[in-house]
Amino acid sequence: MSNHLPEVFQRCERENRAALVGYLTAGDPNVQTSERLMLTLAEQVDILEIGMPFSDPAADGPTIQAASERALTAGAHIDDVFAIAKRVRQAKPEIGIVLMGYANVPYTMGFELFASKAKQSGVDGVLLVDIPAEESGICAEAFKSQNLSQIMLLAPTSTEERIKLAVNIAEGFIYYVSLAGITGAEMGEVAKIKEKLSLIRQYTKLPICVGFGVKTPKQAESIALFADGVVVGSHFVSQITSNIDDRDAMLSSLSSTASAMAEVMKRQG
Amino acid sequence: MDYDLEIKHAPDEGGHFGKYGGRFAAETLMQPLKEIEDAFFEAWADPEFHTERLDLLKNYVGRMTPLYYAKQLSEKVGGAKIYLKREDLNHTGAHKVNNTIGQALLARRMGKKKVIAETGAGQHGVATATVAAMFNMQCDIYMGREDIRRQAPNVFRMKLLGANVIAVDSGTGTLKDAVNEALRVWVASCEDTYYIFGTAAGPHPFPLMVRQFHTVIGQEARKQCLEQAGRLPDVAVACVGGGSNAMGLLHPMWDDEGVRLVAVEAGGHGLETGEHAASLAKGRPGIIHGSLSYVLDDDEGQISANAHSISAGLDYPGVGPELAHMMDVGRLNLDSATDDEALQAFEMLTKTEGIIPALESSHALAAGIRIAAGMSSNKIVLINLSGRGDKDLNTVMEKFGFHTEGQL
Ligand SMILES: Cc1ncc(COP(=O)(O)O)c(C=O)c1O
Repeated sequence: MSNHLPEVFQRCERENRAALVGYLTAGDPNVQTSERLMLTLAEQVDILEIGMPFSDPAADGPTIQAASERALTAGAHIDDVFAIAKRVRQAKPEIGIVLMGYANVPYTMGFELFASKAKQSGVDGVLLVDIPAEESGICAEAFKSQNLSQIMLLAPTSTEERIKLAVNIAEGFIYYVSLAGITGAEMGEVAKIKEKLSLIRQYTKLPICVGFGVKTPKQAESIALFADGVVVGSHFVSQITSNIDDRDAMLSSLSSTASAMAEVMKRQG
Repeated sequence: MDYDLEIKHAPDEGGHFGKYGGRFAAETLMQPLKEIEDAFFEAWADPEFHTERLDLLKNYVGRMTPLYYAKQLSEKVGGAKIYLKREDLNHTGAHKVNNTIGQALLARRMGKKKVIAETGAGQHGVATATVAAMFNMQCDIYMGREDIRRQAPNVFRMKLLGANVIAVDSGTGTLKDAVNEALRVWVASCEDTYYIFGTAAGPHPFPLMVRQFHTVIGQEARKQCLEQAGRLPDVAVACVGGGSNAMGLLHPMWDDEGVRLVAVEAGGHGLETGEHAASLAKGRPGIIHGSLSYVLDDDEGQISANAHSISAGLDYPGVGPELAHMMDVGRLNLDSATDDEALQAFEMLTKTEGIIPALESSHALAAGIRIAAGMSSNKIVLINLSGRGDKDLNTVMEKFGFHTEGQL
């Protein structure tokens, strides 16, 4: 029942770099291609975030909404999500694997069964966008019993009081949302992100990864200087969208985009 | 009239009604929701807030609305006496304005310059655009593409009132997708924008707040029934989309044990077809739009794309959490009416009483008529006529095969 997340961040710290966290929606554009894409991305990232497609992704912008729709239209099921995680785990024993999505999918399966399937598939943590600290009791036991980290979001709108609530529950890492908005929007101002991270660090020793809106290596580099990890989502998903009819181009474009991001994780000096 | 301002059957601090409700929202929205909650409780405790709200409800909206003994309809049905709570006579033509007045006052108290809202039938959109015009606030209304087609007159009304109507293409292009889109926009704009949620669902404090703003319906009806009939009704009936008119009518009678409370869901093409919007009858507990309640979804938790009702206002795969709770504790009886039954009730009320009801309300009528038919004439069935049917004329004329050319 090991959990790779602590090791991943220790390794990155030793190498004086931020962790690259990469997101793709499972089953996009179809299950078979998605598995190839995930394996490709897993070569470049420290933590792979596997999105569970959902019919009503209310916290996502058009790019990830479309990814969810493509996956569901192509017939992706939750068991495909687990199967993809398992394949990635076999290929990459050392990386972190996190499932991300909306509460209704695991709720409907039952959090216990969901957690046990996730663990058997080599998953380390789960991030449910619409389960804030106040409601986390609904799944905390189930995740804990499988040694799955419950990853919590914090945002520019999180007050000190809310930060305390969230860090109390959070495990693995904190996912800091760079902007008050949805995925795929413009990244928040770096100075403000930095300031908020200092505040959060007063309350927790957990690593903090920053995501939402990171699209260029330059942006990623500026975040990597002070965050423990940088999350790239919509920008990777866009590589699918812009090469939708050409699988080889899709794979190579994802690979080169991810490798450009991985390169800038290293902090100088 | 003196309204009771005590908050009865309150949820717990986190907004849970039994195991339902709560605040299943993204972290980014948690603080804005808390701010609305604080502002609501602060306003509710302030007599001046109610003075202004109740004055607007009286002199702008036209409350109290009549309770009408539908003698002709009752005789035609040949059972219990049917009383109609005439929410259709409110300014803007539906109950929705009770809520938008309350929330717009709250938005102004909070210093917000702009309001947004989702809408299905367009009634909540019109009611929001109306108060936004009066309060001089900027107003954006999110509406599914399919609903824009079905409810064209209301789209035009919103535009006349100065609102932007933004078409939502994602998902099924109906109410649930309009809610998703409004939430997405609100996340990025909550600093200066207030989200006027249109029904007794969504994250805390909306289910509680919307219920409170609508309890004027049930409080009035209760008093009027005592005055006119000398006693409380035996049955009170309301249709359910998200639950705002139902909670408004039924909640104030929760503690009146002799009154059977009936919630009527949209049976669409029939409960057995899967094409309906009967979340309580045919759904199961799930998490959508910020709260835990009953939803229509598949075995893997994907929200149903098959939700269907002839009335756009009921075409929603979720339902307010307090209704789920009332059902669980045995205080709510479920019923449903199909598209066809609603159309029949629509025609029957129009012909017998000269009142053209909204298609949503026609569902309550259909079930209420059915219930009344099985009761004796000394019994009373109270039906919430939540809105008027002007907005539905296109749909109904199409269904009845009525074309202006050659038939006049
Ligand atoms: C006239 C009317 N009745 C009922 C409803 C259903 O909503 P609710 O369940 O919130 O009352 C609507 C919704 O648009 C409506 O316009």
